[in-house]
Amino acid sequence: MRRTCLDQVHALARRDERVVFIGSDLGPGTLDAFKSEFPDRFFMEGVSEQAVIGMAAGMAMEGYVPYVNTIATFLTRRCFEQVAVDVCLHNLPVRLIGSGGGLVYAPLGPTHLATEDMAIMRALPNMTVVAPADADEMTRFMATTLDWPGPIYIRLAKGGDPIISRDADGFRTGKAITLREVPEGGVALIAIGVMVNRALKAAETLAGEGIGVGVLNVHTLKPLDSDTILTQARQARAVFTLEEHTVTGGLGSAVAETLIEGLEGAHPIVRRLGIPDAFPAAYGSQDSLMETYGLQPEQIVETVLATVRKG
Amino acid sequence: MARETAFRMGVASPPLDARSRHLRRLIIKGLDGGGRGHVGSAMSLIEILRVLYDDVLSHRPDDPAWASRDRCILSKGHGCLALYAVLAEHGYFPADALSGFCGPLSFLGGHPERGKVPGVEASTGALGHGLAIGVGMALGLKMGGRKSGVVIVMGDGEINEGSVWEAAMSAAKHRLGRLTAVIDYNKQQSYGPTAEVLELEPLADKWRSFGFAVSEVDGHDVEALRGVFRGPRETGDQPAAVICHTVKGKGIPFTENDPTWHHKSRIPATQIAEMMAALEDK
Repeated sequence: MRRTCLDQVHALARRDERVVFIGSDLGPGTLDAFKSEFPDRFFMEGVSEQAVIGMAAGMAMEGYVPYVNTIATFLTRRCFEQVAVDVCLHNLPVRLIGSGGGLVYAPLGPTHLATEDMAIMRALPNMTVVAPADADEMTRFMATTLDWPGPIYIRLAKGGDPIISRDADGFRTGKAITLREVPEGGVALIAIGVMVNRALKAAETLAGEGIGVGVLNVHTLKPLDSDTILTQARQARAVFTLEEHTVTGGLGSAVAETLIEGLEGAHPIVRRLGIPDAFPAAYGSQDSLMETYGLQPEQIVETVLATVRKG
Repeated sequence: MARETAFRMGVASPPLDARSRHLRRLIIKGLDGGGRGHVGSAMSLIEILRVLYDDVLSHRPDDPAWASRDRCILSKGHGCLALYAVLAEHGYFPADALSGFCGPLSFLGGHPERGKVPGVEASTGALGHGLAIGVGMALGLKMGGRKSGVVIVMGDGEINEGSVWEAAMSAAKHRLGRLTAVIDYNKQQSYGPTAEVLELEPLADKWRSFGFAVSEVDGHDVEALRGVFRGPRETGDQPAAVICHTVKGKGIPFTENDPTWHHKSRIPATQIAEMMAALEDK
């Protein structure tokens, strides 16, 4: 997905001379092809995220569209004030590409895990927050970023994730994709990023168990597609949000806020599945931490069944 | 340690001329209207901004977004009353607007905002942001083949921020010969003397070691400032740093070098009158 995303930045640079790329001490060879074709628009800066964000803002003020890439946690935590003030307050078309969102860097420990990146980006006025489900969706999304007004935070997954998005569904920032309609009295699985494929797998199993289940791909956390979420939730007896992210302030919070304000009368049961409010205590792999937090498809199935059977 | 000179001690500046006193009166108009403001921080800046806007920068008050203008960022945004006074004096907006400083309907806030105040290039107030933004602007201008200069005015307390030094390294790396970092070195930060809160010396050597061509000047000496800013740039593609030795609160004797005048939130009419009296044309 990262490769796809950066290749798309290169493709956009071919289309539009306003596109520049800024990296913060990335791995050797990153976007070499971009660098050789457009050396004047390729910037590999130091380990200096605050200056990098300010620099991107300054370039955007001069009419450029900077795509900035580094590890998600450093792009969101380290330079939060620069993102807030330089980029968001000025409402500039800077694109922040965060590598390794969520638990991707599990072996490297909590300093490298971006588990609240979407929550803090979502809290900033003018910011758009997008986490595509797979590389194909990334390609469709990236084409729309060139002329999107204002800043975007783009969360990258590990890469090599199964392709589950469909060309026919297209991509509109801020418009959720209904992959399976929620049947009357059924269960809604509302997912973002790589949790979408896990939601689909869980849905298949649940359907086999006789549970009516729908799946929403909410690739855009902000602006949130409240209309689609409410339409599906009105059908549901239970809503589960799925995110590779803390349950504080991310998709689960956003959906809960939407349901509380948007639904009249009886509410469905709401459960937020994600990372609890604690720094991960273990290393291992993205998959093993996902399992720790009950985010693998079979665990999602168990949680759903336990909830609906109890309810 | 750089040599001690009279201007470093802040004792040798020529008397403030009529224009400098007039601009300070505009600041006081803002302080009076808003009932608050960063007094000392604005007073130390006046000659720097006056010389930049009067004599150095190419700019068009009737067309603030003129593409070929030189860019000037007041990175120490809390000194904005000085910038507002100078911009008003140049006709970016009527000087009467200063009376509404910080008011609910005013476009002149306690820190300057791009898009609200004509002539303001960047919203500042959070310290340590301007230099990196200026680096980005200078790179953008370079990519676009423009010859505009970029000037970033910073406070001495401000350059405690690590982001300033990140951006400084970047300016040198990119050989931004049209970028000038200006430091309003009044030697007082919020709590007290910079020498006690966080020593900056040897300041000129620091900037030199970060790849800048460094000048030092009396920041209240209009002729000397003109000489530094308009003098032939011998630095080629090296960015420049101009360390302006100034006095916090300059021109209002009872506020000079007094950290309690860094910011005041309740300024009685009697003190406004005393400030005005200190600036009377002699």
